[in-house]
Amino acid sequence: MRNGARKDNRSIVVRHVSKTFTLRYHRTLKQMTVAMLRQQELSDSFLAVDDVSFTVEQGESIGLMGLNGSGKSTLLKMINGIMRPDSGKVLTRGRTAGLIATGAGFHPQLTGRDNVYLNAAILGMSEAETRRKFDDIVEFADIGRFLDSPVGHYSSGMFARLGFAVAIHVDADIFLADEVLAVGDRPFKKKCLAKMQEIRDSGTTLFYVSHAAGSVRKMCDRVLVLEKGRLTFDGGVDEGIKFLHYDDDDSEENALESESEMDEEMGADI
Amino acid sequence: MSASAAPAAKRRVDAPLRPPWSEQGLLEVFRHRYILTLLVRREIAARYQGSVLGLLWSYVNPLTQFFIYYFVMGVLFGRAQRTEAFAIHVFCGLIIVHFFVETMNAGTRSIVRNKSLVQKMAVPREMFPVASMLVSLFHVVPQVVILLVATFISGWRPDPVGLLYGVLGLLISMTLGTALALMFSAANVFMRDISNAVNVLSNFIRFGVPMMYPYSLVNERFDGHTSLYLLNPITEAVLCFQRAFWVGATSDPGHTISNDLPPHLFFLTLRALLICLAVLVFAQSTFSRLERRIPERLL
Repeated sequence: MRNGARKDNRSIVVRHVSKTFTLRYHRTLKQMTVAMLRQQELSDSFLAVDDVSFTVEQGESIGLMGLNGSGKSTLLKMINGIMRPDSGKVLTRGRTAGLIATGAGFHPQLTGRDNVYLNAAILGMSEAETRRKFDDIVEFADIGRFLDSPVGHYSSGMFARLGFAVAIHVDADIFLADEVLAVGDRPFKKKCLAKMQEIRDSGTTLFYVSHAAGSVRKMCDRVLVLEKGRLTFDGGVDEGIKFLHYDDDDSEENALESESEMDEEMGADI
Repeated sequence: MSASAAPAAKRRVDAPLRPPWSEQGLLEVFRHRYILTLLVRREIAARYQGSVLGLLWSYVNPLTQFFIYYFVMGVLFGRAQRTEAFAIHVFCGLIIVHFFVETMNAGTRSIVRNKSLVQKMAVPREMFPVASMLVSLFHVVPQVVILLVATFISGWRPDPVGLLYGVLGLLISMTLGTALALMFSAANVFMRDISNAVNVLSNFIRFGVPMMYPYSLVNERFDGHTSLYLLNPITEAVLCFQRAFWVGATSDPGHTISNDLPPHLFFLTLRALLICLAVLVFAQSTFSRLERRIPERLL
């Protein structure tokens, strides 16, 4: 072990990160010519993430909250290395994996078994590692004899469960979770949540995007709030939820939560 | 919260802090050989699934092209009488041209076709055009087997120099195919016109190399001014393949080499290889520049 590694315990470093998206109006030559003649603007840009900075220590579990379109997914994609910021710096330590777009790359014509290997490889697992965890993955997904039929024939729940099962078994140092638990039946949700808690308790850095105050309270020890691309809150869980007014809303949110304690706990992220 | 309890037994990572994306381009693809293998296998398995003839389709297409070319150029235009072993001459060119065109076409569409992966996973994106090239290469193997059988029957015997040319010819088309696939796959995300333009380019390739006509005809018509014609690396790739397999199937190989192939073929081949490498470097830098905006432009 090197000395530097011992002292430096940071897991994710985000420094003054900004990301602008270009909204294109005119795509064909004809449309562009017309727009140019009318002297309209050819494109419009939109600041999705605006000068965001924070640092995450190893083993922390962060709840990333904010309304739809506040830049949560974009930020997560930059931490995962899918997108690059226009300015600023993103640094991560170790392997990043997680429940982001699970089942991506599943080929409908290939069997569940083949897709597990491909998906696991894309998530960074070696062949030996996949083989070692294969039984666990299949057991977790609980798709029975459908394993050897093309995933195109799966029900949407089965498809999602298989994707989840692969992603959740990746041995990651940073675990990102987005769009979690939007699918799957109640026993499966419960199983996922338990597995995520297990991952968190093992010391993996957890980065959890959610709208559900209940599950954030249960999973996280720190909350970041994004508003229109800016980081407006960074601190304790209860204060964060209060900051977002997710606790005292007497509208649908509470009505939904009281409807079922289960859903409140797990978050019916949509 | 329970998470803050007992930090002693927790996972500690010693890996360095670094950007989560890679900047090494094609080199990164070779570090991810395992994913590449799986992607190639997936493409091959999925391409013909559900069709009765299956993998046979990858022979039907080049074989029908072969018969069309042979009939039109060889029989109707009478080339078969003037060029020895004309069928093998055409087939040598066809293997290279078909491989190159397939690589370029499938490669150009590769990123758009794999958008679900590209938008959601942090795999090196050079992977997709390279995988397209390897899938096309996989289909070359049986065609070469057919060619070997045909040439063997016509009296060809393997010679080391010829085989070296065969490998060089394949290498040229692999390098240039990968380079163009790389460049066009990224450009195609921004402008879908690119895939149409590539189709047009394919037509030029088919007629712009000595496949349906021998090189000697070009030399004769242009009165020796063939330097521009020979600048196209695929021309050299085809000539290499003909040096490897067609020359040996003619009655007097020595005469065929001096009469039907350009002089200094080895020098031309090396030059073509260098051109391909230069194009590859340029393609990689273009790709890296465009790549940054790929995820947000893939709709």
